Amino acid sequence: MTPAIRCAGLTKIYEGKPPIEAVRGLDLEVRAGECFGLLGPNGAGKTTTVEILEGILAPTGGEVEILGLSWDRDERELRERIGVSLQETKFPDKLSVEEIVTMFSSFHRKGRPPIEVIDEVGLREKRTAWELKLSGGQRQRLAVACALVGDPDLLFLDEPTTGLDPQSRRSLWEVIRRLRSRGRTIVLTTHYMDEAEKLCDRVAVIDHGKVIALGTPSGLISSLQGEHVVEFAFNGGTGSLPGADGADAEPSIEAGGGPWPPAVAGAIGEPEVAADLLDLPSVISGRNEGGFIHLTVHEPHVAIPALLERLESKGRTLSALATRHASLEDVFVALTGRHLRDE
Amino acid sequence: MSSRSAFAQLFLARVREFLREPEVVFWVFGFPLILAIGLGIAFRNRPPDRIFVGIVEGAGASPIAATLEADGDFHVEMLAGQEAGRALRLGKVALVVEPAPAGELTQSYRYDPTRPDSILARQKVDDAIQRAAGRSDPVSVSETRISEPGARYIDFLIPGLMGMNIMSGGMWGVGFVLTDMRSRGLLKRLVATPMRRTDFLAAMMASRMVLVFAEMVLLLVFGWLAFGLVVAGSVPTILLFAVLGAFVFTGLGLLAGSRARKIETISGLINLIMLPMFVFSGIFFSSERFPDLLQPFIRLLPLTALNDALRAVILEGASLVTQLPRVGLLLAWGGFSFVLALYRFRWT
Repeated sequence: MTPAIRCAGLTKIYEGKPPIEAVRGLDLEVRAGECFGLLGPNGAGKTTTVEILEGILAPTGGEVEILGLSWDRDERELRERIGVSLQETKFPDKLSVEEIVTMFSSFHRKGRPPIEVIDEVGLREKRTAWELKLSGGQRQRLAVACALVGDPDLLFLDEPTTGLDPQSRRSLWEVIRRLRSRGRTIVLTTHYMDEAEKLCDRVAVIDHGKVIALGTPSGLISSLQGEHVVEFAFNGGTGSLPGADGADAEPSIEAGGGPWPPAVAGAIGEPEVAADLLDLPSVISGRNEGGFIHLTVHEPHVAIPALLERLESKGRTLSALATRHASLEDVFVALTGRHLRDE
Repeated sequence: MSSRSAFAQLFLARVREFLREPEVVFWVFGFPLILAIGLGIAFRNRPPDRIFVGIVEGAGASPIAATLEADGDFHVEMLAGQEAGRALRLGKVALVVEPAPAGELTQSYRYDPTRPDSILARQKVDDAIQRAAGRSDPVSVSETRISEPGARYIDFLIPGLMGMNIMSGGMWGVGFVLTDMRSRGLLKRLVATPMRRTDFLAAMMASRMVLVFAEMVLLLVFGWLAFGLVVAGSVPTILLFAVLGAFVFTGLGLLAGSRARKIETISGLINLIMLPMFVFSGIFFSSERFPDLLQPFIRLLPLTALNDALRAVILEGASLVTQLPRVGLLLAWGGFSFVLALYRFRWT
């Protein structure tokens, strides 16, 4: 089966002083019928990549094939077969939902009935309302409706939920899930990890214009070799635990290897992480952040008793303890040492 | 044209957006009418102004006053000596007559020879007094006083307002609207669809043309109803020039809005392009008033050609054939703007 998207060695350099390398050799293959997530922090090159795939931007180098066609030769046909929701499109504010969707449907040879699409994104009650009167979430659903109205084989949604409140995000997720269940190919960019985990069959993690990890959300999480995270803080005593050395060393996440990242500067009495916690049973890696120590572990029920024993032997008491499943956020931190939402 | 066609939908969207902006509707339709009313009243043709004459109080003043008042062309004020000087300086009166002192024959006129109204007053007052005193003129004359429609200020103004409206409508209605759509990311969103770009531009043009027709008809009908404007030439020729003008100024609007990404940029640019034409192209007063040195430049401006052609057709009944050089100039401006605009145009 022809992949929905295939691109190889994609590069994009924005001219300027200095030139900006937004995409630096990106390879991707999106299968027909899957919901594919492009994940990465702001400025990672997600939007540039998507706009190249959508045929809006010309790449500086590399090959792009969409639905087995090329933008150079088959633009008109491709435009009929893809649907696009861009980041931050402001539709005309004094046209109604129905007028806007009808206008977009008129651009297609075989558009779907506007009202059917409006129903599908749950805007039936708002169909006569001016764009001006819509909430942020309704605006995003309007954008999705305009993308759907040509009955596309391939749908691009660029940051569809950015800036929305939790309820609006969930209602948009429902819309996307329904589309996926109808076998449409969807490419979704997001910097929300939970969104990618919940919606996407596969994700590509993008950083500095390259794919740094690719796989199913669960596959990526299990590649951490520890699917649980234990977070804790302690008090009592001063200074570091015995064995803390190499305070200037580079951050590292590998167990049994290098030194710990240095303690986060700032608050007094903030706990420092000691390398010797890594030798606890079932602990894979750890980091020290925001006053908490985060340990990635295989089995919390093995690691936690051992941790408590170690702290007690050093004369420290726990002030907080929590466990959770590892997320794509942890994958990103593990790969880059940064958080997704760091600017 | 089915209402499902992209052109129809884009056209409808433009017209709806226009009609749903009350401020824009006011500036396009209401403002020129208010200007016409205001200026039409300020510069209306009045009966010839009476001449204001001051007479210094004293013996001999009242016979002079009686003589002048009998004439009807004068408004006479009796003034004390010092007051008379001030009234003259302030322009309240054009001339001060000092009656001859008792026992003398010479009366005197005080006036400012650099003021045309003073000189006129001096002549007319003197004539009236001399005739009343018994002077007889050797040649007898008769007078015919005329007031022809077409020669009034309002007649001059209405075609100028039509030209101004076509210019600002095209520049704002295309240049500004395009930039606004670009800054909203809407142009980018539109080119991501299979929409034909020619449909988009054609709908933009067509919506302007429809509005231009409405504006022109409104101004002409208003001029006719409110001021008795008489159209000497053919209405189809007038509308043809309206379309030509709309072509030129939507082209210039397209050019101005071909790359700008910010509303501030396009507003400045549009004002920069329109300012010379507001000043030089004869909207409110004749462009002939500028020095000869500037005339070749002024005649090259598209609004000058449009205004002159509209005036020639409306006021003098000129035929299209006599206006062909102006048609050529307008076509050249429009063609040049469109080609350059499409070459430079940026959708994203």
